[in-house]
Amino acid sequence: MGILDIKDVGKRFGGLQALGDVNLSVAENTCHAIIGPNGAGKSTLLNCLIGKLIPDTGSVMFDGQSVLGRSAHEICQMGISRVFQTPEIFSDLTVIENMMIPIFAKRDGSFKLDGISAFMKHKAVLEQAEQMLEDMNMADKRYMNAASMSRGDKRRLEIGMCLSQNPRLLLLDEPTAGMARADTNNTIDLLKQIKDERDITIAIIEHDMHVVFSLADRITVLAQGTPLVEDTPENIKGHPKVKEAYLGEAQH
Amino acid sequence: MFGLDKKDTRLLMVVAIITFCAPILLNPFPTESALAQFNAGYPDLMQRFVIFGIFAIGFNILFGLTGYLSFGHAAFLGVGSYSAVWMFKLLSYNVIPAIIFSVLTAGIFAVVIGYISLRRSGIYFSILTLAFAQMSYSLAYSVLTPITNGETGLQVYGNDPQYLKGDGPDVTHLFGLEMRSTAEINLGAWTFDFSIGYYMCAIIMLISFYLAIRVFRSPFGLMLRAIKANQTRLNYTGISPRPYMLAAFVISGMYAGLAGGLLAAMDPLAGAERMQWTASGEVVLMTILGGVGTLLGPVLGAGFIKYAENIFSKINENILHSWFSFLPDGIEEAIVWIFARFVGEGWHLTLGLMFMLIVIFLPGGLVEGGQRIARLLGSKNKNASDSTSAE
Ligand SMILES: Nc1ncnc2c1ncn2[C@@H]1O[C@H](COP(=O)(O)OP(=O)(O)OP(=O)(O)O)[C@@H](O)[C@H]1O
Ligand SMILES: [Mg+2]
Repeated sequence: MGILDIKDVGKRFGGLQALGDVNLSVAENTCHAIIGPNGAGKSTLLNCLIGKLIPDTGSVMFDGQSVLGRSAHEICQMGISRVFQTPEIFSDLTVIENMMIPIFAKRDGSFKLDGISAFMKHKAVLEQAEQMLEDMNMADKRYMNAASMSRGDKRRLEIGMCLSQNPRLLLLDEPTAGMARADTNNTIDLLKQIKDERDITIAIIEHDMHVVFSLADRITVLAQGTPLVEDTPENIKGHPKVKEAYLGEAQH
Repeated sequence: MFGLDKKDTRLLMVVAIITFCAPILLNPFPTESALAQFNAGYPDLMQRFVIFGIFAIGFNILFGLTGYLSFGHAAFLGVGSYSAVWMFKLLSYNVIPAIIFSVLTAGIFAVVIGYISLRRSGIYFSILTLAFAQMSYSLAYSVLTPITNGETGLQVYGNDPQYLKGDGPDVTHLFGLEMRSTAEINLGAWTFDFSIGYYMCAIIMLISFYLAIRVFRSPFGLMLRAIKANQTRLNYTGISPRPYMLAAFVISGMYAGLAGGLLAAMDPLAGAERMQWTASGEVVLMTILGGVGTLLGPVLGAGFIKYAENIFSKINENILHSWFSFLPDGIEEAIVWIFARFVGEGWHLTLGLMFMLIVIFLPGGLVEGGQRIARLLGSKNKNASDSTSAE
């Protein structure tokens, strides 16, 4: 029993079997990578965990509770945060405002009517948001309009927004895609540090093998909607099936 | 001051000063001069400025912050007016119970309409609100006639109970201060009217404006802006947008109810035409014209449209002839003919053209226009104009 247990999850889109009987268990406080060629169903699997999609079959348990049938915000309040493949941030709001919203959400729950106090005067929230920006190396951008940032910066902001909620399970969908090498390395360092310092479980989808092998404790290879193998990074590296299904495919 | 930061306090102060001096500022032309018809400083019109200002301020809390475009807010305006007149009929001509009751009933209506309409977003939300408003409008003319008095409109009659009236005045009043009582002050060629009704509406407008600033700057306001920016992200941040939306909808409905109540307090009449879709559309125009999502925009837009409606619509061909009489006859006829299309009954054409120009060239409305002018003038005091924006 891990903190996240996925059992027999299947999902069809019309005639396409995007996921077929996926079984996956993620142990608490580990980093589990999911790799696989484009269209393997990796994002679809994450969508089934956070209430964005409802699987046709199977069950998804988080910390002993089913997440199926719950709405997105409830699942988030259970402690699951998600970084999307295309950055989802609050465009047209400033970076610091972007960072404060998840901290308010964590502190006040899914709804709290406070229409009188000024949000910038919530010292504790503001300080936490600024600290997080500092950690993400974005302090200088705090008053920038989030929409006008580079894709890499947006993604870093999104990671920061998720981390600021101190989630128990962090889902990352290609967190370093679109980032420069230096930013990628910063992100790896940040995630490593978070992993060491906090009680956090990470599930990461990534095409960049450097990132995968730097972070993952276990790796699942997904191809055409079904897990091919699950093993430690060392064993995955030399696995013939993986070479054939994933690395072979990635080359053309 | 009042829990606002420097910029917002300054904005509030400027608006307060302008509002209090409006009877003077809006009457720049001597009473007997040819330009006197451009004067807007008479109580009836000034009351409309601030009352529709309140309507637009509230509408902007919904539309400006969340981006949800309601096409049925006039329903709350009408509900507010009817409620106020009922208070006059049942209690007395004192405006306080009337105003409170109009805000409350509009709030209750907004809970129901909002709860249902907010099940959809985008165009479907707009259509649902429009449908509700049109339904209210038709009902007011048909089955609800006992409450609304149908086409005649609701008004106070001599045989109404008015249980609390005693020997109070026979016109709307604030604890004896009659709304219509006006001090007329003559200064040389100028005349200025200071009316109780206007100043009461003005103070309520300033309070509404102040509360709107607080909402804009609050965590609640931040969440509303987050809904507009990215509802998906908000969901996956653990926030449930629906109750926030409903709260915003009800607040803006109550603002509309307040405006409706004040309209009735100035003139104790309520008719169903106040709920028509054109009235709903008007507040949308006001907000967009002034600047969606800005603090000052709705007030500017409301003033602008009400000014155009009342001033341009009064200019007729005779007045035009007197302006252009210096031109040779043929040319005068032609010019007057052209201008006449845009004034009098044609004022809608002027408004429509201006609206198009603003939406195309100044998507941020009059507020953006002001900011651009300030920037052109190389004004170092850039903060002043920025303080009107939500960010
Ligand atoms: N909402 C949807 N409706 C229909 N088909 C979908 C939907 N979402 C995904 N698919 C299809 O399901 C398959 C799996 O998609 P998914 O996005 O999960 O792949 P992925 O492994 O994340 O790929 P990538 O590495 O390119 O991100 C693809 O063929 C995709 O076209
Ligand atoms: Mg994907």
